Amino acid sequence: MIHLAGIERTFLVGDEAVNALSNVNFTVRQGEYVAIMGPSGSGKSTLLNIIGLLDRPDKGIYTLENLDTTELTDDQRASMRRNKIGFVFQFFHLVPRLTAAENVELPMILADVDSATRKSRVQEALSSLSLTDRTKHRPDQLSGGQRQRVAIARATIMQPDVILADEPTGNLDRTSGIEVIRILEDLNHKGMTLIMVTHDPDLSQRAARRVQLADGNIATDTGGF
Amino acid sequence: MKTGDVIKFSAGALSGYPTRTFLMILAMAIGVASVILLTALGEGARRYVTNEFTSLGTYLLIVLPGRSETTGGPPPLLGQTPRDLTLEDALSLTRHSAIRRVAPITVGSAPVSWKHRDREVTVLGSTEALFEIRHLSMAQGKFIPAGDPTRGPAVCVIGYKLKRELFGNQSPLGQWVRIGERRFRVIGELAKKGQSLGLDMGDVVVVPVASAQTLFNTSSLFRILVQANGRDAVPRAKETILTAIRERHEGEDDVTVITQDALLSTFDRILRTMTLSVAGIAAISLSVAGILIMNVMLIAVSQRTSEVGLLKAIGAQNIQIIRLFLAESAILSLIGAGFGVILAFLGTWGLVRIFPRFPFTVPIWALCAAVFVALVTGLVFGVMPARRAAKLDPVQALSRR
Repeated sequence: MIHLAGIERTFLVGDEAVNALSNVNFTVRQGEYVAIMGPSGSGKSTLLNIIGLLDRPDKGIYTLENLDTTELTDDQRASMRRNKIGFVFQFFHLVPRLTAAENVELPMILADVDSATRKSRVQEALSSLSLTDRTKHRPDQLSGGQRQRVAIARATIMQPDVILADEPTGNLDRTSGIEVIRILEDLNHKGMTLIMVTHDPDLSQRAARRVQLADGNIATDTGGF
Repeated sequence: MKTGDVIKFSAGALSGYPTRTFLMILAMAIGVASVILLTALGEGARRYVTNEFTSLGTYLLIVLPGRSETTGGPPPLLGQTPRDLTLEDALSLTRHSAIRRVAPITVGSAPVSWKHRDREVTVLGSTEALFEIRHLSMAQGKFIPAGDPTRGPAVCVIGYKLKRELFGNQSPLGQWVRIGERRFRVIGELAKKGQSLGLDMGDVVVVPVASAQTLFNTSSLFRILVQANGRDAVPRAKETILTAIRERHEGEDDVTVITQDALLSTFDRILRTMTLSVAGIAAISLSVAGILIMNVMLIAVSQRTSEVGLLKAIGAQNIQIIRLFLAESAILSLIGAGFGVILAFLGTWGLVRIFPRFPFTVPIWALCAAVFVALVTGLVFGVMPARRAAKLDPVQALSRR
């Protein structure tokens, strides 16, 4: 479903052009569990941002579900992000003034889902992540693990095909980190594609497929074709 | 996004920063209030002048002795003394179809006394026509009776203030007062009416015109008030007066006729222009408020960069982000305008209490215009920050914590 061919991405740092990604070819099938690893500056996050349609490659073709995304307008990309992709960030990125329930509700507000449906789906999502007693809490009243669970509820509320997780446990202690990973793996078992960027070798060992990046290129890939 | 959701989200964002929101609303409120208040002041001044003229009488023409020429050129070498207006001049005017009433007026000042009380007041010599022409009304008794104006019975009508000062609570009717060297019987008291063009009708004594002329030993008139037979008859009446007086004054145009309408419309025009310019000046404070809104919205966008990045990541389209930020500016300016209107009404209420005689009114057009301009200002100055938010690169926006 995800197919990258000849992807290049260059950033200008001062006067110098830095190749974040050069000629990356990469395919992920529906339902896979992929861990992307690599040292800082190897292009992991850039790769994830391109897959998540937040960033555009300078060269190459990225097809998502048989659709060439390089041709799409900003609005079409926004609507694909809304319906097909769920993001989980290292720093949670919850809106601080909104309650847990309101944060989870946000994607559905943007998607024009009616209010009654929204409320019931939020309750369902939060209770499945055992956050029922935290719905009215603001992010600063939640622990790190709870915040990340709210973020996961938000990422999955639109039933996306793929979850992109950028160091989802990077800001959590060990126990809550494991808990968050279990939830993500659970979702993967239910058929969602899971692509996770991580530093942690222990975590990456849990993934069915591990991709190692170095200097903007794929160095090793345990599940390549 | 549904409108309700947009409003809820934006209002939530605003209440997240109460101090800033309060200051912006205050700025907007002051802008709107000053526009409304200054317009109310200008409109009040216009109404004040209009009322003054209306209380002077309707379809009124004032005949003054002397000619005010505005032709320029050197003044005549031989001093040109205008002929006096006489009672006969006034009476000659009554016979024309364009003219309904004529009130000759003699004015002087004389001491008025009753028993031991003594007051120096304005003595107005006129005829019964003055009553209708100047819209007077009686508190008690009768006005100067109709009759031959060249004969002056010894009767007088006093203003309410004079009555209070001379008679206190006693009835003045039938009492004899001394005006100058002569005695007059009081036959009526004027009702309280307020000022009309500087002459306080409460502090006068009205006597028949012939009596006044005898009292002041003069045969000339101060002026003649003429009431035309309706609005359309005013120009015709003016012509008639000029012709009639010219005939009587051996071909000399030596009177000036002022029509009330001409005066009124000139004042009306001047004061309306003044109101508009004052409102325009006040509108500048509204645009200052607009710039403030732009400024603060720009700060809001940069403070909420990561929120914008997140909204984009979860699928917000650019237009949705613009809508969210525009809604914030719109809510700010609307609430600000609302408070401004309240502030303006409090202000007018206060002014009315301080200056009860001055007819302050908030014109509806000014109210609508101020609120409308506030909303437009908020939206116009909100566009730039909103577009900046929409243009943010989501990757960079999210990399900020």
